[in-house]
Amino acid sequence: MTAGHATPPAPDPTLRAEQERRLDKAWETPRGWRYWSAVNNTQVGLWYTGTAFIFFLFAGVLALLIRVQLAVPDNTLLSAQFYNQVFTLHGTVMMFLFAVPILEAVAILLMPAMYAARDLPFPRLSAFGFWSFFIGGVFVCGSIFFNAAPDTGWFMYPPLATDVKQSGIGADIWLLGLSFIEIASIAAAVELIVGVLKCRPPGMRINLMPLYGWYVLIVGGMILFAFPPLIAGDILFEAERLLNWPFFDAKRGGDPLLWQHLFWIFGHPEVYIIFLPSIALLAMIVPTFAQRPIVGYAWIVLAAVGTGFLSFGLWVHHMFATGLPSISLAFFSAASEAVAIPTAVQIFVFIATIMAGRLIFAVPMLFATGALAIFTFGGLTGVMVALAPFDWQAHDTYFIVAHLHYVLIGGMLFPLIAGVYYYFPVAADRMLSPRPGKIAFWLMFVGFNVAFLPMHFTGLRGMPRRVFTYPEGFGWEWLNLVSSVGAFVFAAGIAIIVIDVVRTALGAPMRERNPWNAGTLEWLLRRPQKPWQTRTVPPVSSRYPLWADPELARKTDEARYYLPDAEEGKRETLITTTLDGDPVQCLRLPGNSFKPMCAAIFIGGSFILTTFHFYRGSLVSGVIGVAIILWWLWTGTAIIPEKRTKDVGVGLKLPLYVSGSDSVGWWAMLITMLADMSAFFSLIFGYFFFWTIHEDFPPAGVDAPGVLWPGIAAILLIAAWAVMPLAKRLNARGSAAGLRAMLAVNALLSALGAAALLSAPYVTGLEPTQHAYPAIVWVLVLWAAAHAALGILMTLYCFARSFAGLLTREYDIDIHNVVLYWHFAAITAAVTVATIVLFPLASGG
Amino acid sequence: MLLGAGALWTWVLATTWYAARTSPERHNERFASSLILWAGAVFPTAVLSALLTYGLWLTADLRGPGDGLSIAVTGEQYWWRVQYRSDDGVPVESANEIRLPVGERVEFFLNAADVIHSFWIPSLGGKLDMIPGRSNRLVLHATRPGVYRGVCAEFCGRSHALMAFPVVAMERAEFDRWLEGQAAAAEASKERGAELFLAQGCGACHAVRGTEARGAIGPDLTHLGGRRTVGAGIFDNTKENVARFIRETETIKPGSRMPSYSMLSPQDAEAIAAYLGGLK
Repeated sequence: MTAGHATPPAPDPTLRAEQERRLDKAWETPRGWRYWSAVNNTQVGLWYTGTAFIFFLFAGVLALLIRVQLAVPDNTLLSAQFYNQVFTLHGTVMMFLFAVPILEAVAILLMPAMYAARDLPFPRLSAFGFWSFFIGGVFVCGSIFFNAAPDTGWFMYPPLATDVKQSGIGADIWLLGLSFIEIASIAAAVELIVGVLKCRPPGMRINLMPLYGWYVLIVGGMILFAFPPLIAGDILFEAERLLNWPFFDAKRGGDPLLWQHLFWIFGHPEVYIIFLPSIALLAMIVPTFAQRPIVGYAWIVLAAVGTGFLSFGLWVHHMFATGLPSISLAFFSAASEAVAIPTAVQIFVFIATIMAGRLIFAVPMLFATGALAIFTFGGLTGVMVALAPFDWQAHDTYFIVAHLHYVLIGGMLFPLIAGVYYYFPVAADRMLSPRPGKIAFWLMFVGFNVAFLPMHFTGLRGMPRRVFTYPEGFGWEWLNLVSSVGAFVFAAGIAIIVIDVVRTALGAPMRERNPWNAGTLEWLLRRPQKPWQTRTVPPVSSRYPLWADPELARKTDEARYYLPDAEEGKRETLITTTLDGDPVQCLRLPGNSFKPMCAAIFIGGSFILTTFHFYRGSLVSGVIGVAIILWWLWTGTAIIPEKRTKDVGVGLKLPLYVSGSDSVGWWAMLITMLADMSAFFSLIFGYFFFWTIHEDFPPAGVDAPGVLWPGIAAILLIAAWAVMPLAKRLNARGSAAGLRAMLAVNALLSALGAAALLSAPYVTGLEPTQHAYPAIVWVLVLWAAAHAALGILMTLYCFARSFAGLLTREYDIDIHNVVLYWHFAAITAAVTVATIVLFPLASGG
Repeated sequence: MLLGAGALWTWVLATTWYAARTSPERHNERFASSLILWAGAVFPTAVLSALLTYGLWLTADLRGPGDGLSIAVTGEQYWWRVQYRSDDGVPVESANEIRLPVGERVEFFLNAADVIHSFWIPSLGGKLDMIPGRSNRLVLHATRPGVYRGVCAEFCGRSHALMAFPVVAMERAEFDRWLEGQAAAAEASKERGAELFLAQGCGACHAVRGTEARGAIGPDLTHLGGRRTVGAGIFDNTKENVARFIRETETIKPGSRMPSYSMLSPQDAEAIAAYLGGLK
């Protein structure tokens, strides 16, 4: 029933066998030590998921230590200092090294299969993201074995965490280790957004996308706007710790609350960044076990989009007890209540689907139901704490500990385990056993409630969070003891799953392709599966193509559809248009390489060496890392193909090289720059935040950077930007000399512009350690100048590519992408100058 | 609110249970879609709007003005500086214990000296953060006389768990008498403990008004003997506990600014403890 597409005939079997051999060769997974150079999503996705699970188990052990310590009052098993490291690392690892990365990891693993694509558009970027995550994660976790873990809470509130004496090296490990991982998270988000939008099978219009794709798209977008504020916050934080710039020091014009705003502008969307991809798994699981399409596709998509938007308007509910004005409390209280509505819609979409279908009860559904029960409970306590007067009682007590675990374990962990049971065949060609699954479920479900239900009461009886011990006599003793017992029962359930996964992974692979009789494309995979995923890419005209055409698997195997072959021995996948899913390009994908791993090692080395204040080593490591990235880009991107177009099957010829907004690289640049803008505007937010808390801003006796130098800088940088579109146009007309001349002008103007910008606060003698005002001005100026410097690097790259004959009139990806970058660099420069020059003038400062 | 939440939870699970058991023929897709609309969107909107209105009304009420008495409390690692504001402008200094008259709305001004703390007396009302560079205002109203416990609710460092204080709510007349006593200087003492206290340099950080001890870094000890606890709410106020605290400060309270006076003999520590215990 692939309406509109006549099924083409099957090639003869010998040809098919030859095609398969060529595909095997092109997509071969390397063996021996070279195995670790693999970049294919099936490998990287597995490493990523496995590593995140190991971090989960590690943080789980930390949780058990916490429960052992709190089992009895006045316990002295763990010292205060060690306990504070344990609870800080438990929260940090669960959030940054498990909850967010695993959902990206699972998406990297599953997304191509759901689209019957061969891979995501930037396999080496996935690999770079994984290695960054691995290195950063081991660094952060390992710190506890040296008694050097961060110990000021996962929220790192200054001034406690900016006090170098009290927080020690642990805080630097947190800030630098996690900044590095956040960059990896953003890289994965860019990869996934472009993948969801551009790698769909032909005919899959945006309203036919599997729900998982929608959720990945929404969450990817949220990561772009939620993680950068934290990175901006980390920059200010490290500047205060290493350079003594007083952003959060109230004595010198800073304010500790600025960090809380930046942290929770990240921190609250993060809850939904964790929760939505897990709901996405349920959105795939529930229709399968109800054996019918989802009821209310549009409802659930709109609800998910709504949740994504609302989640950015809630952050202040983490700050109800900081003494904000009543009007802010009212606004954020209302927004926090409102987010319950789209959440309820999503839950009722599942209930309606179950109602309209005939439910088959298997282990994934068991975990899905458990998730619903736990999450609904957590949602209801969430509605309570969204009311400021209730929150003033519950805030920072065990009530919140209970609430957040109900939300995260119900909303994230249970759906994820449901997903593990459901998708294990796709990930590992094997099926987990139902009996251990059921036992694990009941241990986890009962253990969870025994552990966390009593905490509501412990909290209401006044027990604060983050205490390493508590006295007798307040009715907390037996509640805590029960919680500790429950935690171990819960852990036993997890242990059974771990044993089952290991046992099954060592067992024999299964043969059955679609064990759950699901309707979506990931169940087209042959068993044992191949790194090139499905045999051919079928056209799609239904949300559940396997239900619409029960013969689809056979026809795909018979190589009747797109990309049946790898004639040139290259890795290829189809690129389609964003809305309609019309095929527009046959994208050549880069193969296995150690470059992403080496780049991650040296860039990571730069962050890690900074932690230990080895600045020279850090600089060297960073320069080597950037050099490797340039080498990787030079040899692996915008490769000129041997011919213009290629027959991709079904009588379709597609170009092998496209540039501008048709190309995936352009989209990746656009999305990356949106994230970059969001970090920049977080710094601008910092500037205006300081303005709101000071009567005089700039403070009296401090010279603002004046008009002259910033004005010159603005003119030079805008001029540098203006020549870039000209460079592109000259190149399109075939004038290589014109292109090179314009690039040279751009490099010169932006170098002068950056110098002028830096001299602005320098000539007026702004001393960043004296007050928050000069410090924030310096940060903005440095940020804009760094963007000009990065622009120069890109311009020179184009310059060199032009001379090497890799950037020509016909093959012009590089110049398109660099021009796009310069649009954003120009906005950065213009807004910086407007903020530091025009604003003080306008506000009479 | 708890009952309502329980009812809603039961209802959602019961609907799921029913949905799972019922056969698809009994409900067509239109019915299922309308379930999403009514149960998923309309009903929560109505319930939440009602709840929000109630919450906002409660917020306004809790933030009303006080009745006259105001107390400034400053959170320090890991103790509480308490100043009762008086009419003559000289505040009455105390520490680690709060007394207030029953039946009055008492106004608190909350500050922080070093890091963020949070001031919370669970039995009397909500918590409010103490943030360096800001002064937050909180109004509490004790309706019954009695002894309550307050704690620091924001993680503030190594000994965050060891930062509490007793709260004594008393009748107005009794409170006035007590406050008058607190305003007075300590009686002169010729005890060995008093001499040791000064000789050991305790006065550099602690004040005992009426003596040469005028330090303002640590808690004011002028009327320590009258307080219920020592070490910011962690021990009962006995001679043994005070002596132990003096000699083992860093073990008892990791990260505190006061060093352990372990070089003092137990007898000397007890003499100081006896002296301080006598300062009622």
